[in-house]
Amino acid sequence: MLEIKQLHKSYPIGDSHLHVLKGINLLVKEGEMVAIMGSSGSGKSTLLNIIGMLDHADSGDYILDGLPIKNLTEKKAAEYRNKFLGFIFQSFNLINYKNAMENVALPLYYQGMKRKERQELAMFHLEKVGLADWAHHLPKELSGGQNQRVAIARALAANPKLLLADEPTGALDMSTSYEIMEFIQQLNDEGKTILMVTHEEDIANMCKRIIRLRDGVIMEDTTIKQVRAKQHV
Amino acid sequence: MFDLDLWREIFQSINKNRARGLLSGFTVAFAIMLFTILFGIANGLENTFDELFVKTADNAIYIYSGRTSKPYKGLQVGRKVSLYNEDFEHIKNEYRNKIEYITPKLNRNFQVSYINKKGSYNVIGVHPDAQHIEKVKIKDGRFINLNDIKNHLKVIIIGRLIEEDLFGKISAIGQYINLEGINYKVVGVFTDNGGDSQERLAYLPTTTVQQIYIGKDAVGEINLTYNRKMSSDEALTFGTDLTKNLRKRKNVAPTDQRAIRVNNMALQTKGIETMTGGLGILIFIIGLGTLIAGIVGISNIMIFIVKERTKEIGIRKALGATPKSIVSIILIESVLITALAGYLGLLIGVGVLKWVGPSLKEYYITNPEVHPNIILTATIVLIAAGTLAGFVPAQKASRIKPIIALRNG
Repeated sequence: MLEIKQLHKSYPIGDSHLHVLKGINLLVKEGEMVAIMGSSGSGKSTLLNIIGMLDHADSGDYILDGLPIKNLTEKKAAEYRNKFLGFIFQSFNLINYKNAMENVALPLYYQGMKRKERQELAMFHLEKVGLADWAHHLPKELSGGQNQRVAIARALAANPKLLLADEPTGALDMSTSYEIMEFIQQLNDEGKTILMVTHEEDIANMCKRIIRLRDGVIMEDTTIKQVRAKQHV
Repeated sequence: MFDLDLWREIFQSINKNRARGLLSGFTVAFAIMLFTILFGIANGLENTFDELFVKTADNAIYIYSGRTSKPYKGLQVGRKVSLYNEDFEHIKNEYRNKIEYITPKLNRNFQVSYINKKGSYNVIGVHPDAQHIEKVKIKDGRFINLNDIKNHLKVIIIGRLIEEDLFGKISAIGQYINLEGINYKVVGVFTDNGGDSQERLAYLPTTTVQQIYIGKDAVGEINLTYNRKMSSDEALTFGTDLTKNLRKRKNVAPTDQRAIRVNNMALQTKGIETMTGGLGILIFIIGLGTLIAGIVGISNIMIFIVKERTKEIGIRKALGATPKSIVSIILIESVLITALAGYLGLLIGVGVLKWVGPSLKEYYITNPEVHPNIILTATIVLIAAGTLAGFVPAQKASRIKPIIALRNG
């Protein structure tokens, strides 16, 4: 599903460069649920952004589902993001003047789907995250947990191959975090491949594999026994 | 291609971000309104100018004669100098190419009566050309013609107010009026924009006046208009030339201002030309100034709007928006708002001009209005400026890495 070889990335800081990723090799198979951990500055978010085509690597190979991701034009990158990837952010990143249903329908709009179809599909996904009754509410009228569920519905709407989550529970309290994790586990059970950046051990333990980064290199890559979030709720 | 979904996106964005729309709309509307009003007032000033100087032709030259004030070639001071038919013909022939219209003018005050009504009016003996020099408009009948001049006919053309004074509501045409004992047939009635006094005049053929009242062929003063093809400088030269020529012809000292006096309107025209030229520059500066202020305003707002939408742009990009779709959504929104607001400002500006316009007459502002084309151009310039001002930051925003846009949220 996902193959990364000798990935390097550095950022210019004044006159010198900050070498953030120093040769990452990573193989993720379909249906996996991977947690990327590390202290801040370890390069975990940069790695996720490169995987999400939100940022470019300096060198190395990145192959997504057999497609080499390299030297993409802005237009091509936009198309791939829309088709292959679903994003879940720590701060939800919903458009504040659109209601839940419209937010979920937005990736479908960029696929060129007809209005009626995309509204139906958006409603289907909202129902899946249990927010059908809240479809016409604005983000500011929803709780943090509800907003994150809208964001998950949005990430799922375009039926992506890969779900990328950047600290998905970072802005939520303990019980809401577990609720969200339960959802994500459910999605994984249904076969979605999930990559998640987190710095919380308990959240990481709910994945199936943990990759620990330090100073831009993978220190540890272990397959673990998944802790089901349901036990905590 | 009409993309309903794109327009839906844009209208939602405008509708849900009213403060933003109002802000940019207000700037544009205000700029266009100011532009319209200022331009209208400046135009009104120019109209007043034009109106003030239409009483008589602005290319007229008046030639007067009087008594000499300087001795010359053995002739003494105080000699009376008169202009005669031969002088008139001399000028007419000598300067044929430089003269547009020319007429002698014999001025006399007469007791004029019709049946039992009478009044004292200024009556002028003229040639047919006087109609154009005096800017007389014939209401009924005709003006003096060459036949009247040649045959010394006793015909008269009277002003609208004389007709009103003497005839009341009935037409004066074909009636006979009495000028101190002699009957004249009214063959024409005229109007004149120069005011009431200009409509209480009457015109006779010069030759009739000469024959009946003077007994010799003196012509009084001579009025002419110069060829409009001449610039005001050429007209001034023509005036001095004419003066020199006449003084020599009448044996008058070349510097004698009293014996032969030539009043050249070209001098005034030149002054007016300079003034209207100055006014034109003023209008241009006002228009340009308001437009620049508007452009700066809308540019600032566009930059602010793009900045404010950076996060939204990041989200949209993460979800698969292409740079082109980002640019078009921002630009169409701004063009839409600018065009609507520009139109609104135009309506308000024109409305204000219509409303206060009539009461500005006493401040020398007549009919303040602006040609629609000028406002249209101004609006288009503003829209173009807004588009350009929005395009640069929108383009930049569309290229921004979504991750940076999202981080800044």
